[in-house]
Amino acid sequence: MGAAALLVLLFAAVAFSAGGILVAKLLVKGSSNPQKGQAYECGIPTEGTPWNHFNVGYYLFALLFLIFDVELIFMYPWAVVVKQVGIPALIEIIIFIFILFIGFLYAHKKGALKWM
Amino acid sequence: MPSLENITNTIHTWLNNHVSSTLATLIEMLIVALLAMGLFAILGLILVLMERKVSAYMQIRLGPNRVGFKGSLQTLADTLKLVLKEGLTPNGADKLLFNLAHYVVMCAAMLILAPLAFAKGFQIWDINIGVLYISAISSIGVIGILMAGWASNNKYSLLGAMRSGAQIVSYELSAGLSVLCIVILTGSLRISDIVNAQQNGWFIFKGHIPAIIAFVIFIIAVTAETNRAPFDLAEAESELTAGFHTEYSGMKFALFFLAEYVNIFVVCAIGATLFFGGWMPLHIGNWQGFNHAMDFVPSSIWFTIKVFGLIFLIMWFRWTFPRLRVDQLLNLEWKYLLPLSLVNLLVMTVVAIMGWHF
Repeated sequence: MGAAALLVLLFAAVAFSAGGILVAKLLVKGSSNPQKGQAYECGIPTEGTPWNHFNVGYYLFALLFLIFDVELIFMYPWAVVVKQVGIPALIEIIIFIFILFIGFLYAHKKGALKWM
Repeated sequence: MPSLENITNTIHTWLNNHVSSTLATLIEMLIVALLAMGLFAILGLILVLMERKVSAYMQIRLGPNRVGFKGSLQTLADTLKLVLKEGLTPNGADKLLFNLAHYVVMCAAMLILAPLAFAKGFQIWDINIGVLYISAISSIGVIGILMAGWASNNKYSLLGAMRSGAQIVSYELSAGLSVLCIVILTGSLRISDIVNAQQNGWFIFKGHIPAIIAFVIFIIAVTAETNRAPFDLAEAESELTAGFHTEYSGMKFALFFLAEYVNIFVVCAIGATLFFGGWMPLHIGNWQGFNHAMDFVPSSIWFTIKVFGLIFLIMWFRWTFPRLRVDQLLNLEWKYLLPLSLVNLLVMTVVAIMGWHF
């Protein structure tokens, strides 16, 4: 089966989830209660909004991830042909990883990898 | 001998002989969709029970043992209970994203099934960039998790989702690099090529030490990617109640839970395919008799054994290692696993170019 498999599986996933939720909706007779809609935090009334500031560290790691993930994508085509190309491919990837590693060391030195 | 390949071929020819080819294709699509849904349901039932039983026996207790034979129907009862629960949407939640998140997670989990080789010649779509496809799709799941956490209007959910996101994207790098080690050995991204290349020995034996290191890194990384203990900070019960799905109840919660377990199955299936030869029987070099004896076990059985072995390993981790702190978790990835897997990749390249592997 070709690319149609994607559509089929997508359909299967949506049908599975929607079917389950639909069955639950048909079976359940919910009652309304003002307490039910509250956030499940500690039992006491919720203070403030969760849509607030959070640790900047998450952004730094996301940026670092972006760099390395793009690098990973570049390495996929390389990995497929490396056995045929031989030594030149090895030298090239060493240069590539070396440049990347310098960037990584710079980030490390700047404290991007430290969790505050 | 009846194998899954023969059965699919028989169905295919029978359909093409009896109905028009368009209708036959449609019926085949329907069968695939139903099989995928069936696999999801069965995996949910089996894996949850297995988790509880394995946990129980590791702690010298019995686990669920009332419903059905030795508790075998416990998950079914739990599912029934969840179906009968009301699905709540908290006040102030982002209704659209809140109700969309579990669809995204389920779609991501379902789409990864496409290139997996479940048995010999039994594959939904043998795409030529199979490994790349898997790593691309598996990172969609994190979007669903972030959506769920963000939309819930709950501090625990948001924190859990952020932790989960940071963790999943970080460990994806190591997982990707260890997968690349196998791609270097095979020279192909196609899953069937990777499996066929392991005919005379699995890559974990053929690739010498770099393959073993790659496997260890892979299993650590996927344990973190599926948010399993000891990397389960995203839903650390004592800190965040249930992490990103704190606010979900009823069937929506069940879907998240199911997607989590299916993801465990999927990553173990990838690990088994890459390092343990997928459906390939255990073959040792030129031992003709031994190899023939092993060929009598059907390929689907081999695949199931390997996958469930790896799943058991991941469940074992949960009861062996204490939970890491978030800074320890990120340190482990960025300061140890990532440099190690880069070096390992280079070693593997040398091994592959020099032809030192078997």
